[in-house]
Amino acid sequence: MAGGPLLAVALEGAGWHPAAWREPAARPAELLTAGYWTDLVQEAEAAKLDFVTFEDFLSLRTDARGPFEDRADVVQGRLDAVLIASRVAPLTSRIGLVPTAVVTHTEPFHLSKAIATLDYISGGRAGVRVQVSRHEEEYRNFGRREPADAAELFDEAADYVEVLRRLWDSWEDDAEIRDVATGRFVDREKLHYIDFEGRWFSVKGPSITPRPPQGQPPVAALAHNDRAYRLAGQAADLVYVTPRDRADVAKIRAAVDERLRVFADLVVFLDDKPGAAADRKARLDDVAGAEYSSDAHVFTGTPAELADLLLDWHAAGLTGFRLRPGALPDDLTAVTRGLVPELRGRGAFRHDYAAATLRGRLGLPRPANRYAA
Amino acid sequence: MTEPKQIHLAAHFPGVNNTTVWSDPEAGSHIEFSSFVKLAQTAERAKFDFFFLAEGLRLREQNGLIYDLDVVGRPDTFTVLSALAAVTERLGLAGTINSTFNEPLEVARQFASLDHLSAGRAAWNVVTSWDAFTGENFRRGGFLPQDQRYSRAETFLRTAWELFDSWRGDEVVADKASGRFLSDAHAGAFSHHDRHFTIDGRFPVPRGPQGRPVTIQAGDSDEGREFAAATADAIFSRYGTLETGQPFYRDVKGRLKKYGRTPDQLVIMPAATFALGDSDADAHEKAHEVRLQQVSEQTAIKFLEQLWNTDLSEHDPNGPLPDFDPVVGEDLISKGRASVRMYRDPLATAKEWRQLAEAKNLTAREVVIEVTGRQTFIGSPTTVATAINDLVQNDAADGFILVPHVTPGGLDEFADTVVPLLQDRGVFRTEYAGTTLRDHLGLSQP
Repeated sequence: MAGGPLLAVALEGAGWHPAAWREPAARPAELLTAGYWTDLVQEAEAAKLDFVTFEDFLSLRTDARGPFEDRADVVQGRLDAVLIASRVAPLTSRIGLVPTAVVTHTEPFHLSKAIATLDYISGGRAGVRVQVSRHEEEYRNFGRREPADAAELFDEAADYVEVLRRLWDSWEDDAEIRDVATGRFVDREKLHYIDFEGRWFSVKGPSITPRPPQGQPPVAALAHNDRAYRLAGQAADLVYVTPRDRADVAKIRAAVDERLRVFADLVVFLDDKPGAAADRKARLDDVAGAEYSSDAHVFTGTPAELADLLLDWHAAGLTGFRLRPGALPDDLTAVTRGLVPELRGRGAFRHDYAAATLRGRLGLPRPANRYAA
Repeated sequence: MTEPKQIHLAAHFPGVNNTTVWSDPEAGSHIEFSSFVKLAQTAERAKFDFFFLAEGLRLREQNGLIYDLDVVGRPDTFTVLSALAAVTERLGLAGTINSTFNEPLEVARQFASLDHLSAGRAAWNVVTSWDAFTGENFRRGGFLPQDQRYSRAETFLRTAWELFDSWRGDEVVADKASGRFLSDAHAGAFSHHDRHFTIDGRFPVPRGPQGRPVTIQAGDSDEGREFAAATADAIFSRYGTLETGQPFYRDVKGRLKKYGRTPDQLVIMPAATFALGDSDADAHEKAHEVRLQQVSEQTAIKFLEQLWNTDLSEHDPNGPLPDFDPVVGEDLISKGRASVRMYRDPLATAKEWRQLAEAKNLTAREVVIEVTGRQTFIGSPTTVATAINDLVQNDAADGFILVPHVTPGGLDEFADTVVPLLQDRGVFRTEYAGTTLRDHLGLSQP
C-alpha cells in the first residue's frame, strides 16, 4: 500500500488533556520513569507507526498557550526530551524518535552533537523539532536575554538550524581512515570548519561528533502562521500544521514550501463505541473544570471515523498526521489497536516498516555532504 | 581487627589521547553505540561503581592543523549516558560537563533527567573552563578570565544545587481521586542572584532518586582542592602511587572538617592504566609494546613540539632531543589540549629530559615514552590486585578509575582476572548492595 498517510504520535505527559492523568489507566506517578516512556514507544512501534515525538519546555508549565499558573491539579514536571528519546532508543529498533529542542536558550553545537549521537544510538532513527521560546518563564530561568519578538526568534532559529546542518556535514562520511601506515586516524582534509557568522552567534566547527548515519537527521517545526511556515521552508524537512478542516488543509498546503513533508496535528479522543469518545472528553472537561481546546483540531470519535477524516485530508495533500493522544495510554492504544488495523483494512497503512531510517520513511534521500569535493 | 577498606572502581571510556591504541587489531569504533554498551556491560558485570565519559568541545589542533594521529571525535555525553541506562541496571553513569559553555538551569535539568531515567545513577564531573579556542564553538565565546574560573564553576555548581533542592522530593502525589497532582503548588520555586547568574522561576524537574546527582571534581591547585573539599562527592586525582597519593589524600581529606564533612564523604580516585600478563615479566613486556604503540615516531615528535612550542617536523625521533631551548610564551603550536599546561616551566622540563636522555642514553622517542603516561599497574593479576589493594589500604586512594588502552574490549581481562582476586580478599563487592550510585560509593543523600 503506497498511498496512505504516514502516522506519528506526539507523546506528552499523561496525554494532551489536562485531566488525562486522572483517568483509570493513566500512570501519573510514573511520568518521570524510563519504564513509562519505554512502554508507550514500544506500543507505537508494535503498530509500526512512523515516528513518535516528545514535547519539551525549559520551564515548569503544562500549557504552551496560556500564561503560567501555579497549579497543583495538573501534571507538573518533565524530563529532557532528547534524553527520553535516547533512553528508549536501545529498547526499540525501527520507530523514529523526534524530540523537541528549545533553540532560543541553547547552544547549536551541543544540540547538533546530541542529535547526531541519538542517530548513532538508534541506527538512523533520529529527528529533531526546533521550537522557539515565547514564554517569559523560560527567559527568567536563563537570565541571559529579554523576550524577543516572534520574527526575530524565527530568524534566529533559522540560523540555528543552519548551524546544526553545517555541523552534521562538517565531517565527510569517510573522514575516519585509521591508516596504520601513516599513523593517521582521520583524514583532516575531510574535516571542515563551518565558520558560521550570524547576528546571534558564531560557530567555528567542526563538530566533535562524526556525521550521523542519516547524514542529516530530519528537522521539524510546528507552524501556525505564515512567518512560521517561512521558517519551516527555510530550515525544516517536515512541518507540523494545525488545520481546522479540509479547506484549511488545502490553504495551508498552498502556503508552505512544496518541498516540505506536511503533517497535520490532531488531538484525538477515540472509542470504538459511537459517541463514547465525545462523552469521555466531556467527562474529562468536567474534571478539569474547563472545556479543552487546542491549537490543533480536536477530534472525538471512533477509529473508523478518524480513518475517514485522515484519508480525506490526506487526499488534500498531507504527507501524514501527528496524532496527539488526549489521554495516555488509552488514546495511544486506540490508535495502535483500533485506527491502524482500520487503515490496514482499507489498504492505507503498512503492515511492516519498509525503510530502516527516518529519512527513508519520509521519502527523503540521504543528502550529499555540502563540504565534500 | 578492623575491616579492610572497600575499593571503588570505575571504567573510563577512553577519549581522544594517545593512551588509546586505535591501531590495535582488537580496537573497535569510538563512536558506534555498541562499543559503549560493550565497555559499560563489562564494567557492570565486574560490579564497578561507575562508567565515565570525559569531554572535549573542539577538535585539537597542532601547527594550525587538526590533530590526526589520535582518535578524533566523540559522541555527546548526556545522550550516550541516557542510552546506557537502558542496557545496564546498576552501573553509575558519570559525565564531564563544563560550566563555561552551558547555563545552570540547562545542565541541572539534564542531570536531573538522567538521574530519573537511570533510577538514581547519574554523576557530574564538574570542570571549569576551556580557552577562547574552544569558546569559538559557542554563543558566549571564551569570555572567562583565568581568575574567574573557580568562581564561576563554584557558583554554577551551587546554583545547580539550588535547582535540584528546589523540590523536596515529596511534592508529586499524583492522587487521582482528590485531583491533587502536587502537594505544594509552588514546588520547584527558586531565586538566585549573584555576579554570574541572575535567574528565578520554577525548576522543571522534580527531585531525582539521588536527590542530587553525585558530584565529581578533578581540581589539583590549592583552590581546586578547597573547592572539591567543600563540594565534591568524589575526586579524580593524578596521584596513583604511594608517594604521591598519600600526601594528596591526607591533604584533601584534612580539608573536609571545616565544611562539616567526614572523610568518608569524599571518595578519592586516581586515573590508572594497566598492563596484565601471565607473569610479571610478560606484563612488563606487554606494557612496553603498548607504550611503543602509544608513542609512535610521529606522536613523539608531536609531543616534543608541545613542550618546545615550535615546529619540529624535521627532527629525527630516533636521534637526540632538540639541542635548543623551548620557545617560551603563548602556546603557538598546540590548541585544545590540556596536558601541555602541566609543564609550567618548559625550560626546566626540557633540562630534566635532557639529563634523563643522557643518563639512560635515550633517543627523543624513548624519552617521550619514559616521561609520559606509563602504565600505573603492570604485572600478573595477583601483582596488580595486590598493588591496588595496598594503595587503598594505605590511604593513597579509595579506588581507581581505570582507563583501558583498547576500546571497547580492554577491560575484559581486568574484569575476569583482577576483580575476582580483589573479591576473594574481601575488598571489593561481589554484588551491588544498593541500586543508586550513592549507594555504591557509600554516600548519603543530600
